[in-house]
Amino acid sequence: MKARITVTLKNAVLDPQGKAIEHALSGLGFDGVGQVRQGKVFDIELTGTDKAKAEADLKAMCDKLLANTVIENYSVAIT
Amino acid sequence: MKSAVVLLPGLNRDRDMIAALTKISGQAPATVWQTDTEIPDVDLIAIPGGFSFGDYLRCGAIAARMPVMRAVAEKAAKGVTVIGVCNGFQILVEAGLLPGALMRNASLKFVCRQVKLQIANANTMFTRRYQPGQVIRSPVAHHDGNYFADAETLARLEGEGQVVFRYAEGTNPNGSINDIAGIVNDKGNVLGLMPHPENLIEAAHGGNDGRALFESALGLAA
Repeated sequence: MKARITVTLKNAVLDPQGKAIEHALSGLGFDGVGQVRQGKVFDIELTGTDKAKAEADLKAMCDKLLANTVIENYSVAIT
Repeated sequence: MKSAVVLLPGLNRDRDMIAALTKISGQAPATVWQTDTEIPDVDLIAIPGGFSFGDYLRCGAIAARMPVMRAVAEKAAKGVTVIGVCNGFQILVEAGLLPGALMRNASLKFVCRQVKLQIANANTMFTRRYQPGQVIRSPVAHHDGNYFADAETLARLEGEGQVVFRYAEGTNPNGSINDIAGIVNDKGNVLGLMPHPENLIEAAHGGNDGRALFESALGLAA
């Protein structure tokens, strides 16, 4: 089983890196770029076959380590 | 007064902290390694600055999950004094011992310079040797010192006097909300700050503005 975890900054949190990327894209001549927010993606391989357990485990991994829930949201997708 | 310094791979200010505590307390601190599950009986635990675990994932995130941090949390709950400087502050925040988060500097640049700090609360165990509102100098050296907390947490920190140090006179080097440079927990025994007071404790450093912080925390008489 493979899983992809996506971690993004919460809306209320300023993202200076996203802002810099936004300016750089404008500088490259890409018109019509609105707000850019930078996040992280984790691709995780799992050895088990129980999808429900995997989902619960992945959420626990996010809460305990992969995301800082003070400033970040996460989503879990199992493929 | 006995102290201990937490050691983790990637920290690089541990020697500075050990030297400062040795000079100010008169005895060398014990050192505890990341895998240690027990910390000796001490009055003060310091987590130095640096780049624990290469700042991978988030600054302090991996260090905060090491066994030694569970021991630090247990000691903190029993009222032992804890100071986290720079990466140590980031680790305390990631470990949930202090509220909020430390984000990438607003400038996106690593800052390494001297700033001015205002004593925002002189009525803490870390600042009792300073005057209220006193402005001191302190070096900073970090890439992720931009303190953030949600509105509710921030109101609580401000309302309860948990903001201890503020960047003064337009010297905020990182975009930190409300110019926050250092905070304490609600019990007042855990301090985290981005500046490096341990690097300004004697004439050879060009000043001793940071010395009173350690004297305060160690309960030394004036």
